[in-house]
Amino acid sequence: MTATIGHSCVVIAFLLAIWGIIAPLLTYKTGREAFFASTRAGILGQFLLVTVASSALIYALVTADFSIKYVAFNTTRATPVYYRVTGLWGALEGSLLLWEWLLVIFSGLVAWIYKDRHRELMPWVLLIFSIVSAFFLAVIAFASNPFEVLSPPPADGRGLNPLLEDANMITHPPLLYTGFVGLTVPYAFAMAALIIGRLDEAWIKTTRRWTITAWCFLTMGNLVGAWWSYHVLGWGGYWAWDPVENAAFMPWLPATAFLHSVQVQERRSRLKAWNLFLIIIAFSLTIFGTFLTRSGILSSIHAFSSGPVGTLFLSFLALVLLGSFGLLAYRMDHLRGQPEFDSMISRESAFLLNNVVLVSALFTIFLGTIFPLLSEAIAGVQVSVGAPYFNSVTVPLFLSLVFLMALGPMIAWRRASWNNLKRNFLWPALASIGVALLLFVWAIRDFLPLLGFMLSAFVAFTIFFDTARAVRARRRIAGERIATALGTLVRRNQRRYGGLVVHLGIVLIALGIAGSMSYSIERQATLEVGQSLAIGPYKVRFEGLRGLQQPTHFRVEATFRVFNNGDESRLYSPALKFFPNQQAPVGRAEFQSTLADDLYIILSGFSEVGKNQATLKALVRPLVAWIWIGGVVIVFGTIIAIWPFRGESGERKDES
Amino acid sequence: MPWRRLLITFLLILPLLWLLAYGFTRDPRYIASPLIGRQAPDFRVLLFDGKELKLEEIRGKIVFVNFWASWCVPCREEARDLEAAWQRLKDKNVVFLGINIQDRQEDATKFLREFNVTYPNGRDLSGRIAIDYGVWGVPETFFIDSSGKITYKHVGTPGAETIMVKVEEAREGLVSAKEGKGSYQSIR
Repeated sequence: MTATIGHSCVVIAFLLAIWGIIAPLLTYKTGREAFFASTRAGILGQFLLVTVASSALIYALVTADFSIKYVAFNTTRATPVYYRVTGLWGALEGSLLLWEWLLVIFSGLVAWIYKDRHRELMPWVLLIFSIVSAFFLAVIAFASNPFEVLSPPPADGRGLNPLLEDANMITHPPLLYTGFVGLTVPYAFAMAALIIGRLDEAWIKTTRRWTITAWCFLTMGNLVGAWWSYHVLGWGGYWAWDPVENAAFMPWLPATAFLHSVQVQERRSRLKAWNLFLIIIAFSLTIFGTFLTRSGILSSIHAFSSGPVGTLFLSFLALVLLGSFGLLAYRMDHLRGQPEFDSMISRESAFLLNNVVLVSALFTIFLGTIFPLLSEAIAGVQVSVGAPYFNSVTVPLFLSLVFLMALGPMIAWRRASWNNLKRNFLWPALASIGVALLLFVWAIRDFLPLLGFMLSAFVAFTIFFDTARAVRARRRIAGERIATALGTLVRRNQRRYGGLVVHLGIVLIALGIAGSMSYSIERQATLEVGQSLAIGPYKVRFEGLRGLQQPTHFRVEATFRVFNNGDESRLYSPALKFFPNQQAPVGRAEFQSTLADDLYIILSGFSEVGKNQATLKALVRPLVAWIWIGGVVIVFGTIIAIWPFRGESGERKDES
Repeated sequence: MPWRRLLITFLLILPLLWLLAYGFTRDPRYIASPLIGRQAPDFRVLLFDGKELKLEEIRGKIVFVNFWASWCVPCREEARDLEAAWQRLKDKNVVFLGINIQDRQEDATKFLREFNVTYPNGRDLSGRIAIDYGVWGVPETFFIDSSGKITYKHVGTPGAETIMVKVEEAREGLVSAKEGKGSYQSIR
């Protein structure tokens, strides 16, 4: 019953999506408003139907309705309720449904919010949404059906992949998908603008908040993924440059470039074609990412099932790339005739440079990701491209990005004067060189980390220096107190200050990455009870083993007492979890986190529980915590940037 | 001149799409075994009947080594073929040897009884043998000639025909260029 309801909803929604493609064309042909109204109604209908379908699947998961194959494969009777709900995105079919659900939520919102605005653009925006939605619904309805029935139903289900039984898995996929799907909004507006040939700044202004929100979700999705990898996968790392990770990260790069370059178009009417190029690339990469993840064409540590879905995604990717770039090429004449840049030393050049660096990073990561394929296709040689390649090519690029992050927000538009440069950068530059010298004298002698820390300090100093000056000016003019002055500044210039806070978040992430990449220590030992292992400032003493029967698995726990510089701290119990239907045990690492460093303890083996011997791997990773703190700061900055303050609106022209 | 631009755009995109489509024609997890044509790594294995067998002791015979597990579905599919081939070959200077990996003793014994397996079988308790042979899943089968060289490797179920052909090739010292494939269950 549930399966029938769910599947029928998907099929009817698919038909509505097809209507959503036809109706805007009829609106254009006949000029009749009724067709446009029906497009909007169709979008709303899709939203309702897909919501019912998703709820049906969640209901089936929660009630453990094993007559549905997807439920049988992704839950067991023992699975707690919250993991049953998250089973919705535990495997391919449900993930696609979640994606589609988010997509119709976004398109529904767009159709509703702009019901009286952008009369010329909207039919085409909804057309693009309908095309994307029709594709996903077709896949869900006909190729990867989450409502496939299993007859006779099994007594118990197979259960979720145990690695996904983790609180972060509740948030990681929805965050990432929201980011991906959110990019559909600026993409749909961009395509609509291209179709009708109205290529002014309207589509960019309209989609600004959508883009920032999508960007924020994308950032969070990646960070939570890294966090999950760090604390669940138990290898002590947070990023492995695996194809699937790259697939999630790649759209972030053009999206970030886009956020900056649209400002150049808004203010200086330049980079029009470039902005369209970026948003097409960003959207295509979200489809490419899913293709890569689900087609199984590249070897990845993330083992995903494959099937006909890969071919379908490739076909859709082909449609998106050829259609979008074809349209862009066709409209190129409308995008010509933009004025030259006034000066190399200006904010627009800083943004352009930032774009060049981000796109270069995208290109190198893309190349590294598909290189095994390229090499086999052309030379017939099997190769694998690993972290050393990605680190060595991206680290210099990301360092220069950090540098540009200091430059961009402070340098003047059009042409920066010597005075402007001196005023904004002299003191921060001197202060950051001072920091670098102190760090050098203290302990840090390696060039790259030192450069990383210095550039991070430079960004932070420019921001603090600039804000302090603005606050002082407000105090002088309006006689406000510091907190009030700061509040007024942020309210009046929310885009600028929101952006600066996001930059601070990125700087914190850069700090965390630089520290943990350069100064990690790793030790491994087999200990008997009472023996200990010394690592960095810590001593880890083995206290004993025990076995525990859990609802879904058997757990072997080793207990370690940690001493920090001789002071006793608490007990840690990393574990190995043995799931009945898994060949190898799943590790559960434990770690203690401080602002200075993380101590990470992995149980890599034990001799039978009675004998009490454990093999542990311990890592000390400096500054990792700042990566996650940076993430929180980024969310805060994004909220500042898009918060709908009343009165003094954030859309003012004279913001920076 | 939008048409020329369109053409150029398409010509830039198509190679990428072709490359991604090409990806479907290959298996990224497939790595050719470097063992074919090399000396077979020696091992010592504890048989189910309690005796111990050392590979070197049966040098001079054609050795058929099959890695399996009772939980592996393809292993069940091939079990009867293997026993049938053994019955035809056992008096022809050929030794069949089954090596049970990642399994429970009682399940493995039950499996052997169920399929009436009569050729020697042992358990790779430490997993050493499977590691030495680069075993990536079950079943995997190695053909070793009388000089101790691996002449052929089959990943997955080989089928009766292949077994007969490859044993004869091993007898002639013929080394295959590539490994064969059948239905298979990964253990990684």
